[in-house]
Amino acid sequence: MSEKKKLVMIGNGMAGMRAIEEILEANPDMFDITIFGAEKYPNYNRIMLSPVLAGDTTIDDIILNDEQWYADNGITLHLGTRIKEIQRGYKKVIAEDGTETKYDNLIIATGSNPFMIPIPGHDKEGVMAFRDIDDCDAMLDAARKYKKAAVIGGGLLGLEAAKGLLHLGMDVTVIHDQATLMNMQLDSVAGEMLRVDLEEQGMKFKVSTLTTEVTGEDRVTGLKFKDGSTLACDLLIMAVGIRPNKQLAEESGLFCNRGIVVNDYMQTVTDPSIYSVGECAEHRGIAYGLVAPLFEQAKTLGHMITGQGLKAYGGSVVSTKLKISGVDVFSAGDFMGGPGADVVELMDRVGGVYKKMVLEDDRIKGVVMFGDTADGPTFFQWMQDGKDVSERRSALLFSASGLGDSGHSGIDQVSAMADETVVCGCNGVTKKQIVDVIVKEGLTSRKEITRCTKAAGSCGGCAGLVDQLLAATLGTAFVESTHEPICGCTDMDHEQLKVQIKNKHLTMVRETMNVLEWKGEGCHICRPAINYYIGMYWPTEAEDDRYSRVVNEKMHANIQKDGTYSVIPRVFGGNTDADYLIRLGEVAKKYDIQTIKITGGQRIGLYGVKKEDLVSVWRDLDMPSGFAYGKALRTVKTCVGSEWCRFGTQDSTTLGIRLEKIFDRSWYPAKTKLAASGCPRNCAEATIKDLGVVGVEGGWEIYVGGNGGVKVRAGDLLCMVKTDDEVVEITKAYLQHYRETGKHNERTAPWLERIGLEKIKRVVVDDPEGRKALIERMDLYLSTLTTDPWMDRLKDEKPSGEMTQFNEYTPIDIPVEVVNA
Amino acid sequence: MSNHMNSETSGKWHPVCQVEEIPPLGGRTVRTCQMEIAVFRLSDGRIRAVHNSCPHKQGPLADGIVSGDTIICPMHAWKISLESGEVLPPDSGCVKTYSAKVEDGQVLLRL
Ligand code: SRM
Ligand SMILES: Cc1cc2nc3c(=O)[nH]c(=O)nc-3n(C[C@H](O)[C@H](O)[C@H](O)COP(=O)(O)OP(=O)(O)OC[C@H]3O[C@@H](n4cnc5c(N)ncnc54)[C@H](O)[C@@H]3O)c2cc1C
Ligand code: SF4
Ligand code: FES
Repeated sequence: MSEKKKLVMIGNGMAGMRAIEEILEANPDMFDITIFGAEKYPNYNRIMLSPVLAGDTTIDDIILNDEQWYADNGITLHLGTRIKEIQRGYKKVIAEDGTETKYDNLIIATGSNPFMIPIPGHDKEGVMAFRDIDDCDAMLDAARKYKKAAVIGGGLLGLEAAKGLLHLGMDVTVIHDQATLMNMQLDSVAGEMLRVDLEEQGMKFKVSTLTTEVTGEDRVTGLKFKDGSTLACDLLIMAVGIRPNKQLAEESGLFCNRGIVVNDYMQTVTDPSIYSVGECAEHRGIAYGLVAPLFEQAKTLGHMITGQGLKAYGGSVVSTKLKISGVDVFSAGDFMGGPGADVVELMDRVGGVYKKMVLEDDRIKGVVMFGDTADGPTFFQWMQDGKDVSERRSALLFSASGLGDSGHSGIDQVSAMADETVVCGCNGVTKKQIVDVIVKEGLTSRKEITRCTKAAGSCGGCAGLVDQLLAATLGTAFVESTHEPICGCTDMDHEQLKVQIKNKHLTMVRETMNVLEWKGEGCHICRPAINYYIGMYWPTEAEDDRYSRVVNEKMHANIQKDGTYSVIPRVFGGNTDADYLIRLGEVAKKYDIQTIKITGGQRIGLYGVKKEDLVSVWRDLDMPSGFAYGKALRTVKTCVGSEWCRFGTQDSTTLGIRLEKIFDRSWYPAKTKLAASGCPRNCAEATIKDLGVVGVEGGWEIYVGGNGGVKVRAGDLLCMVKTDDEVVEITKAYLQHYRETGKHNERTAPWLERIGLEKIKRVVVDDPEGRKALIERMDLYLSTLTTDPWMDRLKDEKPSGEMTQFNEYTPIDIPVEVVNA
Repeated sequence: MSNHMNSETSGKWHPVCQVEEIPPLGGRTVRTCQMEIAVFRLSDGRIRAVHNSCPHKQGPLADGIVSGDTIICPMHAWKISLESGEVLPPDSGCVKTYSAKVEDGQVLLRL
């Protein structure tokens, strides 16, 4: 076998990484790939930095290829490593840290740099651009410390940055040198409508204003404008455009103009072994600044470099969308329309809708839309196709699908779309491709579609269209209600399933699936749900189906990434004693436990226990299971409370231990965590728990629906009570109400938001009869929880070491050499 | 139908355990000298065997959920056909399958 060619890429951003994906798809074995990225993050969706800032998503969610992905694909990744020189004669690149790497082919994908207007004071502290995760972090940080922000630039990026800062609670003024916002993408009418909308959201504007100076000592404190006026601010974002990052290429003698000049195959015109793609590249005089054309370029590059035939890139026509929730704008092509142009317009000031189309010979030259942008992709497609629209000219702007259904139903619009219409502009995914995966793969959610086709995976602007396509393809059942089937195995949603289990008195998982005409034998989503619901309705009759539980709950231990398990015994209320610790230590020694960790739940975890050792470890520990693996009561965290603490008003430790003992072994729709703090200093973090109590003078405050996980939510005050007994009562009623009305896998935070605090209060607090009934049902349930799962497994062990009921813990050894392993 | 990933035509039959020693609708780990095999008992009584290592991130398939003739990996829920060893879409890949049969209540694997 011949040696693989060495491929090096400079820049680990969106365009470059798409090119690498295209290369791997075309020929995964052709290259040894090494990638240098100046940022310290793996490839992420830069577009989504705006929604991150606006609080609609998180950094974790926008990572496109995690480090594991690079490893899995055999790519050597150097993060936080900037290349400082390309030595084309030696075919090598040199990084700032001195490492030298040889290449056969090189891809330059260095993106662009934000342009900073060189006015006096532009280098002061607090003046920044909006380009990467570090900028985003810096803005989040500034929003915590400062109040007044200014954004120079009323384009896409500037407005999105301003919206984010507004969301973070800052007072934001946007300064724009032109009279119209987004003047590159909108005409003056749409620009004005946009300004009014954004002003309603609280954004301030100074248009037709030139900034001349940034004032302040070290840090920015204000701005001076050409007309002599000033503005105070302690954070300044410059969003006035980008410049292709071509310096490295230029220094190595590659021909550059505005960007690095490439041919129709994305090869630099100077050196055919070197390619360039993305914002740094200039193709036929254009350096693009949106991802759709860059992804097209990446495809061409992938084809060319792997020798899959010549597929030339001929340039792109781009369209624009603004990612600010509640504001819909779309534009494409030449929408200004000079004097004498053929223009069709629609204006509904009250409804806030404006559409304008510029035609030439009855063909669309450009379009701008505000308020209702659903037809944007269709018009954009017609524009690219050069479609003759003479027949529908006057009705066109009401709706692409013609009169009669003038935009009332999005579904009619997507149905009328031609198959080739590009729905996801960023990734070039057509209507037909999306409909095909829905039909052929039986998909039912947007998430699945994104996974299969990448549609709606970049800027998310087409998410609504993808949903409409789903609805149109799957039939109206999908949209009539918020009906969401549990999974692909059934058409029922959680509520319907629950009603059936209750009314038909179903007590077994397989029986339930048979009676309710499940497709197939169920999956990891529906079977655990059924298993929970039957146990909830029929606590004394239902048979727990161990094989309908996910691995952790079946094994009563948490599986680790290497297939071993963790063991976390209960430590009631986080209170332990010397004997307990000694025993734990002895067991850890005996089984050579590698990691002993104090968990975030005030107890101790043993990590890396082999599956076949689990039962022996439990035997030697002789401690109750901590249920750290289940949709069950996890922990009741406590603080030292009035026992020891000089501020303590209530004995939180005693109450916490009592609660943990009462609810030990109980299962819920999702994991459930409690806490008890002795005073409002709240050292047990009771206000971010599913239920938490805080001691106050003369009683306890009970907080519910808190969560400290993915989406932090402070709990709501449910009520105040005087005694420990009352806490126990309310807790029983509340948790039983959750057990009965929660959807499987729904924690109390989203559950509470769905049901409503007032409604829960009425059932659990205000209605003594209802409360009593809930408590009775909870007590009945608790009375069935007589055995500890770990002990159950010990009892199942025969003297020979064999187990009958729970034998999945013991591997079967056969001393065979496998011929073709 | 045979495919290149299984051992239908080569190897010898080896006794493993009694059928009842594999949980119904569940799996069991079988260790050979070099590697682990996951052996499953399907709802209709058929026994199926595959390499106990998910093509995604080496999850132990024996601990997954059996559904029809599919195993759902315990780690990240990839679905794998126990007949062909192929990962079902939208994911892709395959695991090696091994022929299995039951004689007089005894499970045998061809290895
Ligand atoms: C062990 C522990 C971390 C530690 O080393 O301290 C831990 C470990 C895991 N957590 Fe946690 N969480 C631990 C405390 C927490 C806490 C803190 C707390 O309980 O006070 C939180 C935030 C509080 C909360 O839940 O509101 C927490 C929020 C999560 C979440 C996010 C839940 C959410 O609703 O957003 C997940 C993911 C999930 O459940 O889907 C998670 C999931 C996990 C899993 C089970 C992931 C998994 O499925 O494998 C981790 C298992 C690791 C392993 O290899 O065994 N863990 N986890 C802590 C165990 C406490 C215990 O003694 O039982
Ligand atoms: C906040 C924001 C919102 C946006 N919204 C949209 C949108 O809605 N729609 C849209 O289509 N586009 C949007 N864009 C633009 C889009 O993100 C870019 O067009 C795209 O990321 C460009 O990809 P790229 O690979 O060319 O550059 P980048 O993604 O910038 O990647 C270049 C990478 O190269 C690295 N690099 C540079 N020099 C070196 C060196 N010497 N050595 C090593 N590494 C180096 C850089 O650090 C960078 O990580 C947005 C951009 C921002 C900042
Ligand atoms: S223990 Fe929790 S926070 Fe830590 S890596 Fe695992 S899931 Fe994430
Ligand atoms: S290891 Fe099997 S799905 Fe990830």
